[in-house]
Amino acid sequence: MTDASAQPQTSKHSGSLLEQDARTRRRNAKEARFKAYGIAAILVGVLALIVLLWAILSNGLPAFQRAIVQVDMTVTQEEFDAAEGTLFKTKEYEKLFVTALSSQMMAAGIDANFEGKALERLLGKVGGTIRAYYRENPDQIGEVVTFDLAAASRIDRYLKGSLKREDIGPDNRFIQPEDFDVADAMREAGLLKQVFDWNFITGVDTGVDNPGGAGIGASVLGSFFMMIVVLFLALPIGVAASIYLEEFAPKNRFTDFIEVNISNLAAVPSIVFGILGLAVFIQFMHLPQSAPLVGGLVLTLMTLPTIIISTRASLKAVPPSIRDAALGVGASKMQSVFHHVLPLAAPGILTGTIIGLAQALGETAPLLLIGMVGFVARYPDTFLGGLEGPNSAMPAQIYNWAARSDPVFTEKAWGGIIILLVFLLAMNIIAIILRRRFERRW
Amino acid sequence: MSFMKLTASAVAIAAVAGAASARDNVQIAGSSTVLPYASIVAEAFGENTDFPTPVVESGGSSAGLKRFCEGVGANTIDIANASRAIREKEIAACAENGVTDIIEVRIGYDGIVFASQTNGPAFTAFTPSDIFNALGPKVMVDGELVDNPHQQWSDFNADLPAADILAFIPGTKHGTREVFEEKVIAAGCEATGAFEAMMAAGMSEDDAEDACLAVRTDGKSVDIDGDYTETLARIDANTNGIGVFGLSFYENNTDKLKVATMSGVAPSTETIASGEYPVSRPLFFYIKKAHIGVIPGLKEYAQFFTADEIAGPDGPLAAYGLVSDPELAGTQGMIAEEQVMGASM
Repeated sequence: MTDASAQPQTSKHSGSLLEQDARTRRRNAKEARFKAYGIAAILVGVLALIVLLWAILSNGLPAFQRAIVQVDMTVTQEEFDAAEGTLFKTKEYEKLFVTALSSQMMAAGIDANFEGKALERLLGKVGGTIRAYYRENPDQIGEVVTFDLAAASRIDRYLKGSLKREDIGPDNRFIQPEDFDVADAMREAGLLKQVFDWNFITGVDTGVDNPGGAGIGASVLGSFFMMIVVLFLALPIGVAASIYLEEFAPKNRFTDFIEVNISNLAAVPSIVFGILGLAVFIQFMHLPQSAPLVGGLVLTLMTLPTIIISTRASLKAVPPSIRDAALGVGASKMQSVFHHVLPLAAPGILTGTIIGLAQALGETAPLLLIGMVGFVARYPDTFLGGLEGPNSAMPAQIYNWAARSDPVFTEKAWGGIIILLVFLLAMNIIAIILRRRFERRW
Repeated sequence: MSFMKLTASAVAIAAVAGAASARDNVQIAGSSTVLPYASIVAEAFGENTDFPTPVVESGGSSAGLKRFCEGVGANTIDIANASRAIREKEIAACAENGVTDIIEVRIGYDGIVFASQTNGPAFTAFTPSDIFNALGPKVMVDGELVDNPHQQWSDFNADLPAADILAFIPGTKHGTREVFEEKVIAAGCEATGAFEAMMAAGMSEDDAEDACLAVRTDGKSVDIDGDYTETLARIDANTNGIGVFGLSFYENNTDKLKVATMSGVAPSTETIASGEYPVSRPLFFYIKKAHIGVIPGLKEYAQFFTADEIAGPDGPLAAYGLVSDPELAGTQGMIAEEQVMGASM
């Protein structure tokens, strides 16, 4: 600064406010360049975000649509009893459905060449839904019921335009080129259509030959139960630990040691917590495998350092004058902390907790080792069953689908990413709103 | 303090859940090749019976059998899926942990195919010798055993395209790797005369066998530790890439992949069932007998899996790509009698 003020005296031209000298120009150019770098950096970031969002949305949005076959069918008591008497019951219901479908196609006057096998190729696995319906509603036996059931995955892709007729060779076992004529005719007759796939949001995972029926609902619930465990364990433990360390603990080598270790723990790769969880919770404590309870315990260990660090930061941000004033009017140390410091630090603690939870929500690696990455296809019956019964989690379900051979599952994986992102976005927005509303600055 | 109460209640929940650890579902882990079939059966089992849907995890045959052998009890798995037979070493490890009675169930056969991009070079016919010449660390050139000099497929077989060698093969934790080594690499090693040359150079038979099974490490052969989808992604990105897949995976992705014949035989369920196509292997699952009667639905699951309606030639497993076992009836009888391994057949 002294240099700059000294310059006008030594330079030959007296400086003008209207004319820039070379040095000022250089400084201004430097500033302009720096701004340009900054804008370029932001542009790169924005571009990356746009590419990512575009990839996710273009790949994932089709997962929210599915092709269905709509058929009115009647199952008589005899047919129901006959089907229930076999081993592979759902197959029998599928046959009944195919019969109903072909008679309706006949009635609609579709003249494309269709026989039983061709219709089976057009349909997804529909027997399970039909059997579940009639077992729940035995009074509907003998009545006309309209079923909306998933079409085969290749027909689904054909309607979405991601599978072309010319991609299919005559020796394909799953679909024949002429099947597309039948599909087109069914579409015109209103028997085959594309609808919003609610089942994707509410359903459970399915076997690899039934991608049309797969849904992410059960794993959303699995993630939810894990988050409950994390919230109820990590928040109280984390807050208690940080209040003690920040307000009560003496400053000595021992507390320094603990502090360093907490920071170290925050940097430990998450898979390590998975190994720890397998060894301690499953092999030593004999907790059940694939259970959200164990998943939640493992994620609690992972989230604790994040919560402790953010809580301590927000406790530190409360000015000492508040504590001094409380102590000055005769409050005890504990009263000053719980009546004055903690309420003021609460928004920061909540924000840190929510961000820690969001981080835990997207974590897959530790779940691999405790058996939550697998084929889990059921909803829990009770709250306790939700905690200790087997379940998956959203990121685990996405990982699972991405590894399957049918491309419709890949699409579902992208769709699952959208749902996961919606949850993460919602949690982060809540964190921002809480901070905006309740944060106080001094 | 409210958070004290919260902690206490959370700990209480954990304790209650820990106490009630009796399991009502079948727990399965193992081979990622068997996983698709197991998930099809698990779903159908849940839909067709009153038992809950079994939980099936993947991770590879060796990883699954390792967990299987950890011991007996509700916190260990009931069934291990495997794309190869259990090894003596693994049986011993099982016995050490108290897992002595194991029921072996063969569910059918699976073919291993070599496939490349549909619009890539014309890799349409291979023999085991071609694969060995491309991937072996030491191969025969003009009657001499030398470090593999081949850069392109056409370097050793003029019928193959002049494309750079790049193969994506299953990693060592996969059962598929063992079949690939035995049926392709080892066969090629003997057919090209490299095995004899190694023996002549003074190696013992075991050493020569091991040397045969190695693959070159200069980046032309890439181990894939993940699933077939990873191999598919690598093939998608490399025009010259050749990948090793299961037959059913290839059949689900015929719009992206073209398959090569092996010794002149095209892979299909028919050629694998008849034994003409050389690279196939049986698929298994292993049941802990001690868990039958303890874990509800375990025996029923095995019976359902091997029923003619499911694993037979007209069942959903065959529709997905499994080559059904002609001796399925024997397997069904074995499960009904709960015949363990080692008992006289």
